[in-house]
Amino acid sequence: MLTEAQAWTLLDTVPDPEVPVVSVVELGIIRELRCREDGLTVVVTPTYSGCPATEVIGLAIRDTLVAAGAGRVELETRLDPAWTSDWIGEAAREKLRAYGIVPPTGKAAVGGPQPIRFVKKTLTCPRCGSNDTERLSEFGSTACKATYRCKACLEPFEYFKPI
Amino acid sequence: MAADMTQQNTATAEHIEYVTRLGDNALILGQRLSEWCGHAPVIEEDLALANIALDLVGQARLLLTHAGKLEGSGRDEDQMAFLRVERDYRNITMMEVPNEDFGRSTVRNFLFSTFQVLLWERLVQSSDRELAAIAAKSLKEARYHLNHSAEWVIRLGDGTAVSHDKTQAALYYLWPYTAELFAANPTDEAVSAAGIGPAWSELEAAWEAMVLPVLAEATLVVPARTPFKSYGKFGRHSEHMGHLLATMQYMQRTYPGASW
Ligand SMILES: [Zn+2]
Repeated sequence: MLTEAQAWTLLDTVPDPEVPVVSVVELGIIRELRCREDGLTVVVTPTYSGCPATEVIGLAIRDTLVAAGAGRVELETRLDPAWTSDWIGEAAREKLRAYGIVPPTGKAAVGGPQPIRFVKKTLTCPRCGSNDTERLSEFGSTACKATYRCKACLEPFEYFKPI
Repeated sequence: MAADMTQQNTATAEHIEYVTRLGDNALILGQRLSEWCGHAPVIEEDLALANIALDLVGQARLLLTHAGKLEGSGRDEDQMAFLRVERDYRNITMMEVPNEDFGRSTVRNFLFSTFQVLLWERLVQSSDRELAAIAAKSLKEARYHLNHSAEWVIRLGDGTAVSHDKTQAALYYLWPYTAELFAANPTDEAVSAAGIGPAWSELEAAWEAMVLPVLAEATLVVPARTPFKSYGKFGRHSEHMGHLLATMQYMQRTYPGASW
């Protein structure tokens, strides 16, 4: 059997399949680990309701822990509180930037009514550092990212949206 | 688990109906939007519409799973989504009408995501804790859908003569179907009285206050209200619903219980 600390360390080696430079722990989707007599329960919160990676992540978590001798691994989904990009740690944000994805800026919006806003964010190109960038689309290769373009180096890049 | 059991035993028919309407709205619009995959006018929008469709299908999975638990019949999300007959679907008719063109799909996303944002904001307070959790999650997603579609409504409406005319035609086509959102009915009254969620009619003023300024900025004419009524949320659907279901249910009807 594994200790809880060992399990956390192992899970920190499980990459997010869509953003493989950060681990599922760094992403903040592992909410709790509970050791049982015969194994381990992992409480996971999904990032987006329709995130196609959710099931792959579950499999990877299970495989990693079982291979390390965790016994019977059970996954539990927790919706409340809803996942927020605010849970992505500082070190992980730097890894994202180095990978070419601009990490979320500012805090995610909280509850309560909000007007429809068309705020154009100024993002810094993760490749060349220019601020002369423009948004191409609110959605990128996955729901969690938006697509931008740098007008200085002409490269496209992605932005991990605050949510 | 204990909370679930209590809910199963105490869920009223109206409660189940209300959650099913939410799930079916998300499911059917998600199905329609997925038709754009590989067909959108530009690749950025192909990705955007597919991602919005995924969010909606994800919301539908949570909501229909919950509805199945509430009714206590043991129906899971797949049985709810793929094995009901047309009359048992409770989505509003606007969700099932064809995409037609990018303009109509965009206007529909805008009209509906505005409604969803307002509804999820209220449902965060639901006495049904599972529904409140789904609402908190879906609200974050709906806000992105709303921003995306509102920007496009303005861009198309206040764009070229062709994009303006197509968007205006879309608004004329879809507007009469929005009346169904706010039509009073006994389900909403019971659910509202029980503190589960607002009667949708309570959201009409706030919805107009959000929708009209964007349509004005898009230089679009808002059609007058007409006596036209649609009844999708009562299970009486348009001619388009059968065709949509034939496509959506094909795999489960052909290979019952199939999984992969
Ligand atoms: Zn650059």
